[in-house]
Amino acid sequence: MSKPVNVGDACTGCGVCVSACPFGAITITGNKALIGDACRVCGICEPVCPVKAITIKKAEGPQSFADWRGILVYAEQRDSRVHPVAYELLGKGRELATTLGEPVYAVVIGSGLANAAEELVKRGADKVLVYDHPSLVTYRDDPYSQILTEATKELKPSIFLIGATSIGRTLGPRVAAKLKTGLTADCTSLDIDPETRLLLQTRPAYGGNIMATIYTQNSRPQMATVRYKVMTEAAADPAHRGEIIKKPVDPARLQDRVKVLAFEAAKEQVSIVDADIVVSGGKGLGEPKGFELMKQLAEALGGAVGASRPTVDEGWIDYRHQVGLSGRTVRPKLYLACGISGAVQHQAGMKTSDVIIAINKDREAPICRISTLAAVGDLYEVVPRLIEKIKEQKTSGTPQS
Amino acid sequence: MYLPFYTTASSLLSTNSGETSLTVGLNIVICIKQVPETTEVEFDKETGRLKREGVAAVINPFDEYAIETGLRLKEKHGGAVKAISMGPPMAEQALRDAIAMGCDEGILVSDRVFGGADTWATSLTLAKAIQLTGPHDIIICGLKTTDGDTGQTGPEMAEHLGESCISYVSQILGVEDGKVTLKRNLDDGVETLEAPLPLIITVSKDVGQPRLATLRGRLAAKKATIKVITNKEMGMNPKELGLDGSYTRVTKIFTPEPHAGGEVIEGTPDQLADAIYRKLKEAKIV
Repeated sequence: MSKPVNVGDACTGCGVCVSACPFGAITITGNKALIGDACRVCGICEPVCPVKAITIKKAEGPQSFADWRGILVYAEQRDSRVHPVAYELLGKGRELATTLGEPVYAVVIGSGLANAAEELVKRGADKVLVYDHPSLVTYRDDPYSQILTEATKELKPSIFLIGATSIGRTLGPRVAAKLKTGLTADCTSLDIDPETRLLLQTRPAYGGNIMATIYTQNSRPQMATVRYKVMTEAAADPAHRGEIIKKPVDPARLQDRVKVLAFEAAKEQVSIVDADIVVSGGKGLGEPKGFELMKQLAEALGGAVGASRPTVDEGWIDYRHQVGLSGRTVRPKLYLACGISGAVQHQAGMKTSDVIIAINKDREAPICRISTLAAVGDLYEVVPRLIEKIKEQKTSGTPQS
Repeated sequence: MYLPFYTTASSLLSTNSGETSLTVGLNIVICIKQVPETTEVEFDKETGRLKREGVAAVINPFDEYAIETGLRLKEKHGGAVKAISMGPPMAEQALRDAIAMGCDEGILVSDRVFGGADTWATSLTLAKAIQLTGPHDIIICGLKTTDGDTGQTGPEMAEHLGESCISYVSQILGVEDGKVTLKRNLDDGVETLEAPLPLIITVSKDVGQPRLATLRGRLAAKKATIKVITNKEMGMNPKELGLDGSYTRVTKIFTPEPHAGGEVIEGTPDQLADAIYRKLKEAKIV
């Protein structure tokens, strides 16, 4: 930890502070006061210094961060392709930047990133720092957090956004701790306070039962990880101009303690997170076999199968299908909830869907209150008929976009 | 109590002692948190802080998987499992519950000045407390807590301790020659990693169902002395602790607004299927 007590160049080594210090923590070394480990930051030395050379960093009270400007987005990539959450952050970042009158930056780390960097400019980055080196081809906490920390110190952004992916949620805390700044996890809303110009970071807590708005006042940057599929993606604009800066990477200088021995990609073809249509089943299915029907409906619609947490806990379907606070957040064009009551935790993972349709026996189920259309009935009677209708139309040959 | 030159797997590695007949166990530390049993909690509108009094408290369910991981490591490699928790005096019960599951020891990090800490201040305090209680080979945390939902304390603690950290561990494959091989879940697949000790990990539910407390464990828990560490022992500047030492501030807490709903319809299965189909057409989905 760095001591919050600083002795400036004005110090004459007069020694007044040495006798004032109740902890005997100050010595005069080389004609200058040196604050030792015994310092308890009591503040007695500050006013006694005749030349005002001692300053104490206050933990409270506003500080000036005028030299910290810009919104930085960490552009996570896998196999040289930028994760779409970064485009969402650039979308939000531009909005915040316009409010503040500040630029948008992006940092990308990996190998073979020329296209990625150009894409980031099209998506609105005014400046992109590129750390491109074969040794960085796979993600590792150590080198990535070290590089990202150095990039942040160079850019000095007022705001720093990271996608709350599994990688972002482990990388973010490492970088925040290195930078000695606050980090708000898994935000679902970001705004600028018009008076203080601070970033208001809103996130769910207590399983989504409570929303908390958090700010970082006394350190910079103001860091947040942001949930995927919540913000609106920045559109690609080929006319947008930005600076791409290739940064040198020296692997010998980077700490790298964890070795990646193997990676096994997840099996399923359609990821619920990327699907435009999600057909989800809940406990109302009654039995694991019910997911067969969900699969048929999803296939008819060209979508993916989602699930509520209780069905996953029961082992009816794999965890990767789970929608909700402890599963994935989805934002499809259509979310069709079959036999899902719609607890607040489930809603947290799907309520931003464009159209929500529920089929449920209980008209009082919470899902019915948030659905564009809620059909009160037995899903085993309704879904087969719905599949028929969809198939009928397909075979009738009407071309569809 | 700790011997000053306690041998750990990682210290053996660093001293390069080569072949040894010593049976070296792992010093395992589990970080646990006491959380409200229900996530339906109240908050204090004046202070913007959550009211934790009067709500039944349990070990954070995710931390039980961390305990299970630690106990399995000990069963395989020998050593000791220490549970540590930062919290108010009542959090002592969570540590006793951890001992009932099989942990050897419980340490409570508790002081008024620790109160109101965000993940930065919490991870700093826990890191210092862990250093104070002796050497460790591996620190295991739950994926996140059910109250704060951040999952940040483990990785931030790694940074304070200068150690490496692996999140979302799903399986420990082995510990050998001061190195751990393990699997961890990422969004798009599963990674197999190798990391040197000492190491901090956060574990997912895939590590295995947490065991229940045994009768013997309960008796041990009842008799156990929970060591309490206050800032007197840690000697940290109170400005770096608790609310004062936190970089983030909660400015507002509110209940999420319900999503605006549309129509609720009843009818025969045919009518319902028709209505849904019309809605799908309207939304240009079919």
